[in-house]
Amino acid sequence: MKTEFPNTETLHFPKSCLHCEDPPCVPVCPTGASYKRPEDGIVLVDYDKCIGCKYCSWACPYGVREIDEHQKVMKKCTLCVDRIYDATLPEERRKPACVLACPTNARLFGDVHDPDSEVSVAIRENGGYALMPEWGTKPANHYLPRRKQRIKIHTDELVRADNPLKKERAQPKPDIKEPSLDDVTSW
Amino acid sequence: MHPAFSVLFLTTLIGVGQGLFLALYTAEVYAVVELLPKPPAHFYWAGSLIALAFLVGGLVASFFHLGHPERAWRSAARWRTSWLSREVIVLPLLMGAVFVYATVHYFDLDLRVLGIDTGLHGDLSLIVGAGGVAFAFLLFLCTGMIYACIKFLQEWATWLTVVNYTLFGLASGWLFATAFAAYVAPEFTRFFGYWTVIATLAVFVTRIASLIRNGRIKRKSTLQTAIGVRHRTVTQKAQGFLGGSFNTREFFHGAPVSVFRSIKWVFLVLVFPVPLILIWAGLSWRGVGLGEGLYYQVVS
Ligand code: SF4
Ligand code: SF4
Repeated sequence: MKTEFPNTETLHFPKSCLHCEDPPCVPVCPTGASYKRPEDGIVLVDYDKCIGCKYCSWACPYGVREIDEHQKVMKKCTLCVDRIYDATLPEERRKPACVLACPTNARLFGDVHDPDSEVSVAIRENGGYALMPEWGTKPANHYLPRRKQRIKIHTDELVRADNPLKKERAQPKPDIKEPSLDDVTSW
Repeated sequence: MHPAFSVLFLTTLIGVGQGLFLALYTAEVYAVVELLPKPPAHFYWAGSLIALAFLVGGLVASFFHLGHPERAWRSAARWRTSWLSREVIVLPLLMGAVFVYATVHYFDLDLRVLGIDTGLHGDLSLIVGAGGVAFAFLLFLCTGMIYACIKFLQEWATWLTVVNYTLFGLASGWLFATAFAAYVAPEFTRFFGYWTVIATLAVFVTRIASLIRNGRIKRKSTLQTAIGVRHRTVTQKAQGFLGGSFNTREFFHGAPVSVFRSIKWVFLVLVFPVPLILIWAGLSWRGVGLGEGLYYQVVS
């Protein structure tokens, strides 16, 4: 198959911490600052314990950890843990900011362990998959396969049959010697 | 990878410290069974204090790559799962053992101070030293496993990583011991020198083995599995960070192509033939015939 333009496709791939079920970044941390919450499985960094050794960032195969150059501690996606449990927010707003912000609703949020949740249904029915499953990290965040958008354009749609001015044709052009608008108007 | 200089100093310095201590203890064992002559008294305690200085130097260096060195004590917490944590525990244990070893030699203590008479001079230092030897090898294991346990970095995830750390530490420590002996106890120079050559040749073999292994690694992850798109031709065109990011800084060495291409060969020349030639020149320059080392062992 030809792989030269225009037979190519561009893919933008947003990625943050996948909150692995078996996160390799956690056991390597010498201080216990990296941890996985038993109650909901969110992987977090305790900024008061982290010594900024960066070892966990080597161990994350997805490359989603990042040292904060000012606070000198390791940071990563927290799944907006402060938002999703914030009882002062209306129920439907208790979601990660990225999920709320995405204008096309490309992101879903829910409990992957609940077989009836919106995300479990989407994963099950739309062929959701994990990234780099070969390492056994079992990411909680899944991706849904791309859906290709194709528009079929028929040739007769390219020309307007009822166009009296024949706009698609070359426009009339005055001769170079004829006066132009600049010559007859004073601005 | 773009390793911090402090980490390079840490591994290099503690490697020399461990190797030097192991060299001293080996010499002591040889001397006890009278394969080597008795060295002057300060040979052991001064030598182990130098080994201790290397270990302390490594420890100090390691603090410089931490974002919060004042919290470094916390890093001993997760020894059940983290090799880094285990290293943090074993390093001070080794330092303690080396310090006690130096003290025992300085005051020339025997088990008699504890009321046990084995009739063997230096029995206490042999026992303390054996503990130190165990810690030294444990430390090599921890340092190597810090890298070898990350299975996604397939270049590191092999037992060869641990072996290489151990042998490099031994080679550098014995090399230092050779130089040290040349000043303090010349009759040991040849003994240490030969062992340095053996260790250097051994690590040459294992390092070449890992270079060959790494050259043939079959990648478990591909661009396809990374994004879950099953297509034969997937090319990464951008990293998503025009101005650079932690990932582009931490995981890219940033060296020019010429340096990158030559580093392996520079390493192979500087680390193996150069020390071997220098040590051979040094041993011959002292005007001692090749058989003399054996001669010392026979007459003593
Ligand atoms: S994606 Fe990386 S940082 Fe997040 S849980 Fe998995 S291994 Fe840890
Ligand atoms: S940088 Fe912080 S969170 Fe990561 S391994 Fe070190 S102490 Fe743990």
